[in-house]
Amino acid sequence: MSIILDHVNCIYGADTNQEVKALQDINLVIPDGQFIGLIGHTGSGKSTLVQHLNGLIKPSSGTIYYNGKDISDDDFNKKELRSKVGLVFQYPEHQLFEVDVFSDVCFGPKNLGLSQKEVQLRAYAALKLVGLEDEFFYQSPFELSGGQKRRVAIAGVLAMKPEILVLDEPTAGLDPKGRDEILDQIAKLKNETGITVVLVSHSMEDVAKYADRIIVMNHGSVMYDDEPMKVFRHFKELEEVGLAAPQVTYIMHALQERGLSVNTDVSTVEEARDEILRVLKN
Amino acid sequence: MIRDITLGQYYQAESPIHHLDPRTKLISTMLYIVSLFLMKNFIGYIVVLVFLGTVIKISQVPLKFILKGMKAIFMLLLITVFFNLVLTPGDTAISFWIINITWQGIRTAAFMAARLALLIVGTSLMTLTTTPNNLTDGLESLLGPLKKIKVPVHEISMMMSIALRFIPILLEETDKIMKAQIARGADFESGNLIKKIKSLVPLLVPLFISAFRRANDLAMAMEARCYRGGEHRTKMKPLAYHKQDVYALILVVVYMIACAVVGRILVLV
Amino acid sequence: MGIIKTDKLTFEYIRRDEEGNVEGITKAVDEVSLDIKPGDFAAILGSNGSGKSTLAKHMNAILYPTEGTIWVDGQDTTDEEYLWDIRQKAGMVFQNPDNQIIGQIVEEDVGFGPENMGIPTKEIWDRVEESLKAVGMYEFRKHSPNKLSGGQKQRVSIAGVIAMHPKCIILDEPTAMLDPSGRKEVIRAVRALNDVEGVTVILITHYMEEIIHANKVFVMDKGHVAMEGTPREIFSRVEELKALRLDVPQVTLLAYELKKAGVELPDGILTTEELLGALNLSK
Repeated sequence: MSIILDHVNCIYGADTNQEVKALQDINLVIPDGQFIGLIGHTGSGKSTLVQHLNGLIKPSSGTIYYNGKDISDDDFNKKELRSKVGLVFQYPEHQLFEVDVFSDVCFGPKNLGLSQKEVQLRAYAALKLVGLEDEFFYQSPFELSGGQKRRVAIAGVLAMKPEILVLDEPTAGLDPKGRDEILDQIAKLKNETGITVVLVSHSMEDVAKYADRIIVMNHGSVMYDDEPMKVFRHFKELEEVGLAAPQVTYIMHALQERGLSVNTDVSTVEEARDEILRVLKN
Repeated sequence: MIRDITLGQYYQAESPIHHLDPRTKLISTMLYIVSLFLMKNFIGYIVVLVFLGTVIKISQVPLKFILKGMKAIFMLLLITVFFNLVLTPGDTAISFWIINITWQGIRTAAFMAARLALLIVGTSLMTLTTTPNNLTDGLESLLGPLKKIKVPVHEISMMMSIALRFIPILLEETDKIMKAQIARGADFESGNLIKKIKSLVPLLVPLFISAFRRANDLAMAMEARCYRGGEHRTKMKPLAYHKQDVYALILVVVYMIACAVVGRILVLV
Repeated sequence: MGIIKTDKLTFEYIRRDEEGNVEGITKAVDEVSLDIKPGDFAAILGSNGSGKSTLAKHMNAILYPTEGTIWVDGQDTTDEEYLWDIRQKAGMVFQNPDNQIIGQIVEEDVGFGPENMGIPTKEIWDRVEESLKAVGMYEFRKHSPNKLSGGQKQRVSIAGVIAMHPKCIILDEPTAMLDPSGRKEVIRAVRALNDVEGVTVILITHYMEEIIHANKVFVMDKGHVAMEGTPREIFSRVEELKALRLDVPQVTLLAYELKKAGVELPDGILTTEELLGALNLSK
């Protein structure tokens, strides 16, 4: 189950004076089971990119293959693609509309034409996956807290049993604990189900902790595509394009510059602590 | 898609048209609309086209930008054409099945389509060259006399101004919600009418909630900035007629006379 | 008396079920007493639902206390006579950049407040110019707000408030919907206002790095003020902050973790430079 993007370009407003090259020559392979962090500042093309993955936007040129099949082919089943590549938009709670949480989560699987029983089973399983307590199932989604609403919205996509889950800024507007809770839940979900996760974010700190691959977008192109540590080695270049490595990366580099011979390849506070302690003890 | 609607959008430029007093533009637009309905023959439309073309040129708004806005009303245009084609009685031109198209029908259809297109291009040129605030200021001033009979002119124009500002925001939001629901397998296109209407619920409920939330936020933000209706208010850009407004109005009057001559009197000759 | 002072301020709202029967009463703000002096840069931290926004809305007379009192520049907000005075003196910037810009052009939006106050036309233009310059948005004065980035929109909103010549500005999570560079832009503009123009700033946020430069921090929890102090004092209490659903900047957390593991370090380290100094590695 893989997605391949082959020389994908996306141009808005072609032939006008407002032409925008949203994506330029994107070549990517998204294989099974990875946790990918997709980073870039606003307008870097990351939201446009993820909307290509489930066929919401057609590439201006280039091809996207899902399991080896060109998704722009006329006989390609778009509806199935959308269930296999689950896309959770920014502020997904703004799309909730049903009278209660459970019916809202049922919306996706119902659209797939499944039997009522299967729909309910999937909705229940999805709500369990996002860690929502049973007591909320029959409440109006509008009465929940911000973090809970977001979980319901994510469950709404999970209920379609996607093989790839794409989340656009799933933690925007949440408090620090809420951020951690959602991200932990997603990591747990990934470990339990083996689903591929693409996490769109502009926070390196968030992504560093969970992703095993980071794709950095800038001006519609892929700037880096590598393991987190290796991407963070370019912290100076990242800064030039308005991004930043996690604060710990800077601390480790500063320590090294001042003569403490630490290994600078760390991306989380725990790793930094262990590394500094190791050096201090010697 | 829906984002292409240019109605209510402002195109930033520093043209003489942009600098006209909004009242001049409102009155001119009104006269322009009247001129369209004066026309009884196609030669008249040449006058209109020349006039409109000149104004667009001066306004510095790219024609493409204006035409892009036409896409949205293309359906409306088609429907008008269709009904005029099939419903006008007269001498048969083409006939098949139960449909009978007449020469008169073809003429009327072309006529109506041209009128509608010119009407929309002309009026959207006004909104493209006038900021909504300016436009509503103009309306408020022109409708000022109605205040005497207790019409809340200021409030109405403020409401219009806000509505215009939020049109692009809400359109973008509609687009986003639609995409999000499509990602959940929603289908807005297939099925019969009832099914289609039902399929709009997942779009309309979130859209209404969002619109109310925005309205609530905006009301709070306005109050926080000391807004309390039209009383005591001063203007950052008070309206004032200048020389160029007088020229513009004279030109429009000349145009109207030309229209009247070409569009009506020539027919009689 | 400070520019904003509250005494046991309490705000309750009544929850009703679908039939309109009272289900219960929620205290969104519960006996909060605080005093903010002219020139302060005060920060109010708190998780979602901790009551910080409700508290902020009292400072601009959008909400009124159920019990207790709040004075803005010595004026009781419940006194109707002072309502417009208070709204002019305490300007407010909200979270969603799209929902608070009224004008279709940047300069028209900034002029909205002064227009409402009945300022003469000539002076409105002066104020608009000076406010847009203060936030670095003067070159965008003729632009449509819809075309600006989130950070730029928020700076326009701030300019719109400054044009009213307020004594203090309350920013209610102004950066919550922005990306990191937008957040930096806004915070830089806010700091400049405080440093250069001496405007009192009350910043409500849940981003820890934004409050490092505040001189007073209040942490709210369930409507109460749970912690109060300088950023250093607050950030020394890592565990307590975590219990309140908040966190600390990575450098503070790292120092805290190192200290827990036996490295000798002071509490509440706020910057990388401080950490280096404490490890005897400064230049």
